[in-house]
Amino acid sequence: MTGSPARSIEHLLREIVPQVLGALTRRHRDFAAAEDAVQEALIDASVQWPLEGIPENPGGWLYQIALRRLTDHVRSDAARRRREELVANELANEELQMSSTDEEFEPEQDDTLVLLFMCSHSSLTPASAIALTLRAVGGLTTREIGAAFFVSEATMAQRISRAKQAIKESNVPFSLPSIEDRAQRLEAVMHVLYLIFNEGYASSSGEKLQRVDLSHEAIRLTRALSVSAADSPEVTGLLALMLLTDARRAARTGPGGELIPLDEQDRALWDPALIEEGTTLVSTAIGMGRIGPYQLQAAIAALHDEAPSTEHTDWAQIDALYGLLERMTDNPMVRLSRAVATAMVEGPDAGLRVVERIAQDVRLKDHYRVHAVRAHLYERAGNRDLALEHYRLAAEGTASLPERNYLLVKAARIASK
Amino acid sequence: MKFMLMMNMPSGTGDYQISRWPPEAINAHIQFMKDLNRDLMKTGEFVEAQGLTPPGQAKIVRFGKGGAPVVSDGPFPETKEFLAGYWIIEVEKRERAYEIAARASGAPGPNGQPLVIPIEVREVMGAPPPSEG
Repeated sequence: MTGSPARSIEHLLREIVPQVLGALTRRHRDFAAAEDAVQEALIDASVQWPLEGIPENPGGWLYQIALRRLTDHVRSDAARRRREELVANELANEELQMSSTDEEFEPEQDDTLVLLFMCSHSSLTPASAIALTLRAVGGLTTREIGAAFFVSEATMAQRISRAKQAIKESNVPFSLPSIEDRAQRLEAVMHVLYLIFNEGYASSSGEKLQRVDLSHEAIRLTRALSVSAADSPEVTGLLALMLLTDARRAARTGPGGELIPLDEQDRALWDPALIEEGTTLVSTAIGMGRIGPYQLQAAIAALHDEAPSTEHTDWAQIDALYGLLERMTDNPMVRLSRAVATAMVEGPDAGLRVVERIAQDVRLKDHYRVHAVRAHLYERAGNRDLALEHYRLAAEGTASLPERNYLLVKAARIASK
Repeated sequence: MKFMLMMNMPSGTGDYQISRWPPEAINAHIQFMKDLNRDLMKTGEFVEAQGLTPPGQAKIVRFGKGGAPVVSDGPFPETKEFLAGYWIIEVEKRERAYEIAARASGAPGPNGQPLVIPIEVREVMGAPPPSEG
């Protein structure tokens, strides 16, 4: 990607941050302190590099600055503790660890992966895991992350600092998880990346201002993950799902930021390169013979992306894939999505019968999406009154402004017919 | 100085009155709000603006035994009006806050005419004023 020098510096920094942080944490054990030091070095670089040019060895430069910061912090901490008369032994140890400031920057391939595992540790809430992943692995500044989530820099700084405290208390070592734990831990990493992607996807229709594109960050990090965890078909599936969803970005919203549903999108605006890459990836993943939920969702997205129109979509295949996903996840939202596919194959009444059954699920109690799907199916069945009623109920239930507006206009269109 | 502009709507039945409007009127109303926010961003006066979910979903919470929350469900028939949304703006002087509030109050309604929504204008308390000398 070409762009202004400031932009390319930004990209470069984001690429090398996990390597530098990984190397520093490996040497000095204290992830929380190393992370702070790297963040400070990052800010130094973003001020100095545009003025003085990019150093010959950017990673080494960043490492040395971060190391100096870390040393300063440890020394001042040690001095403070000495004043507080803490165990002398411990101090001597730390001084020893910090004595060699001329050490070299030695990145290791697995560092990014280790960091991803660390940042999605089960001791963190999803919001904290997201923030920490974006900062420690994504190389974003606290200010950028705060802006992306519409919270102040101070709030975001606090969230990150609490996340690091939780990691510290959980005593998770800076290393790859054991073979037995790996699958479960990898799932947590993928979930965090997926949440970041969705956050970007959901908010991209709003006022942009100077926000970081979270969907693109999620794709970038998932690409990095897919290099480190190339043996996991689910990681490949997740990357495919993101690309196939992102491919529709330009068609998803109108000029005023209003939502445009799949069946009304101008498919000429979809990105063929992303669709091709995503489709190839999902075939590769499925070919590995271990099917999982991300691969199934990616396969469904691929069927939509390859179809010239709603009518010419392979709904029977989509219905079948949702069936598999339903069995694999026991998620009522999946069942609800499947009802739409069923309706496309067997007609709206069949879809409505499925929805009635799903609506009994306590987990979906009065969920606005149940109303939205009912409204859509009643509309297709030609039942104007019930469609109108459910569009209104759905509009009142959603907490998303673009979605509310979309549902309100849908209701109004039916009412004025 | 910072001000909060609160857009109050008659509480009605607890649902969105706007859902009874014709589609063009809804779109015009949405566009009006977007333009207003964009203009406030351009002038650097925008701090925050949010629309709230309807009062049917509102809860009232009180301190209960041992600090446990006591939650009552809406809608609340005793309230005549509900807060539909708010802006926080930062302006040079009070008069400018009134100007912006007046513009918001004129958002178009179901027939394209200004709704004349009452906008409550409240100054946000800030840091203590700089000391003399």
